[in-house]
Amino acid sequence: MSDLALTARQLRYDQKSFWRNPQYVFFTVIQPVIFLFIFVSVFGNKTTLVGGHEIKRSTYYVPAITTLAIMSATFFNLTISLSRLREQGILKRIRSTPLPPPVFLAGRIGTSITVSALLVALLLTIGRLLYGVSLPTHTLLAGVTTVLVGAAALSCLAFAVTSFVPSEDAAAPIANVIMLPLMFISGIFIPSSEIPAGMQDVANVFPIKHVFQSLLRVFDPATGGAGFAWGHLAIIAGWGCVGALVALWRFRWTPSGQ
Amino acid sequence: MSAAVPQLRARVPPASAPAPSVLTVRGLSKSYDGRAAVDGIDLDVRRGEIFAFLGPNGAGKTTTVEILEGYRSRDGGEVEVLGCDPRGGGRAWRSRIGVVLQTCAVQPELTVEELLSLYGGYYPAPLSVSETLELVGLTDERGLRAGTLSGGQQRRLDVGLALVGDPELLFLDEPTTGFDPSARHHTWEVVVGLRDIGKTVFLTTHYMDEAQALADRVAVIAHGRIVAEGTPADLGGRDHAPSAVSFMLPAGVEVGELPAPGAVLRGEHVELQTRTPTATVARLAGWAQERGLELPELEVRRPTLEEIYLELTEQG
Repeated sequence: MSDLALTARQLRYDQKSFWRNPQYVFFTVIQPVIFLFIFVSVFGNKTTLVGGHEIKRSTYYVPAITTLAIMSATFFNLTISLSRLREQGILKRIRSTPLPPPVFLAGRIGTSITVSALLVALLLTIGRLLYGVSLPTHTLLAGVTTVLVGAAALSCLAFAVTSFVPSEDAAAPIANVIMLPLMFISGIFIPSSEIPAGMQDVANVFPIKHVFQSLLRVFDPATGGAGFAWGHLAIIAGWGCVGALVALWRFRWTPSGQ
Repeated sequence: MSAAVPQLRARVPPASAPAPSVLTVRGLSKSYDGRAAVDGIDLDVRRGEIFAFLGPNGAGKTTTVEILEGYRSRDGGEVEVLGCDPRGGGRAWRSRIGVVLQTCAVQPELTVEELLSLYGGYYPAPLSVSETLELVGLTDERGLRAGTLSGGQQRRLDVGLALVGDPELLFLDEPTTGFDPSARHHTWEVVVGLRDIGKTVFLTTHYMDEAQALADRVAVIAHGRIVAEGTPADLGGRDHAPSAVSFMLPAGVEVGELPAPGAVLRGEHVELQTRTPTATVARLAGWAQERGLELPELEVRRPTLEEIYLELTEQG
């Protein structure tokens, strides 16, 4: 079997594992949908200031919750599942087989990106049907690019963070401690215009805010042109490279203490 | 199950010329922080045998096995597994070995059949899923999710996953630790079945009855060195070791009256060591019969593998 066929197979089985695990499905798929309902229902009729003009809060929250969804499908899900696979010896066992490690890793990343893409489609459908938020066609390509670059970069960062997770139980708290504060200061829950400047400066260092800003530009009806936010995309990709390098340096296949 | 037990003891008679080595170790050493974990050991495993590698925790057993499997690097010595140095063992080499780790899980959401088919796909010439299911006795469980299997069934699935690639050499690290007796016997049958289809098995275990039931040859490691090597029957001079004869002292008899020099009384039991157990027992039996006496609880015992093992590993 060629490595490409092996990767496709790995992806297929990883997908099966994912969709059969109620915990993963809830945190990755159901939770963002619930958040979208809550935020749009509570604040949907207001407007918020973005880049000097007002946009509807419902338009604001679709890209915001999409960012959260990409974050859970990639960073959160991979940090937890890789820590579990490593601590339970599954990675170590895989290492004894002829399966090339990059194929295994590509399968996991592919699964996260696939789940992200499905989730984005689901959130868009809900946004459109219930709240009349639609993705402008002229920015569609920029939207797809952002989702792919964001999902890939956040997956690499998950590998990097997993290499610092000491045990299976520590994975979820560590992932949350990183994600939750960053999501707050990046404007995922509270509009950026209401967040103090100092905190926004901190958020600007990390990739989440750039994924969100890039998606917000895609959804903003005032955006002219193709909507590519090159500056944001460059910072996201840069973080992805940092993650990949740290992972190459530190990623372990054996359980802690072995 | 009971019918299968005698089969377990049936051993392939040693061939006149020894089978070629599939695993050779010469002067292997490995230290951690200046402390020698493995201190210059030699091993030879021949094609088609079950080789048991025994030793207490911390004796260097796991370090050795992980060097052989290619997980760890070594400090010195020569290691050849299936003609390759495991340190540089590539994809082709890994497709010829199967590894069952001491503790390992599987993706619990996948079924037995899906897992075997997934892992089989990693190898160039795998066994069929149904063949593998049959070898490890999981045909009835093929549709169950791995997470719902019992401990014994999961372990057999572990063996199945190591076996599905049709490897020449299998490493089994403590395959029955924590099992109930029935699950252990079931796993033993699977291991014996592996030898029957020509696989070589490198087994580590804590259980001497397991080594006794399965192994063709045994090596014992203690403090990083091989302290004994042989078959389960002759390990550490077990075949030449004296037998112990014991019985309850009949009422009204003094130990000194017995035709048994060297006999000592321990509680109510007389014990003596002899290298000629048949003659000793015949003499005692004749003596007792002449007097119309019975020797209650009469027992002739050779040292068990476990006793030999404890003696070997507790020295030094």
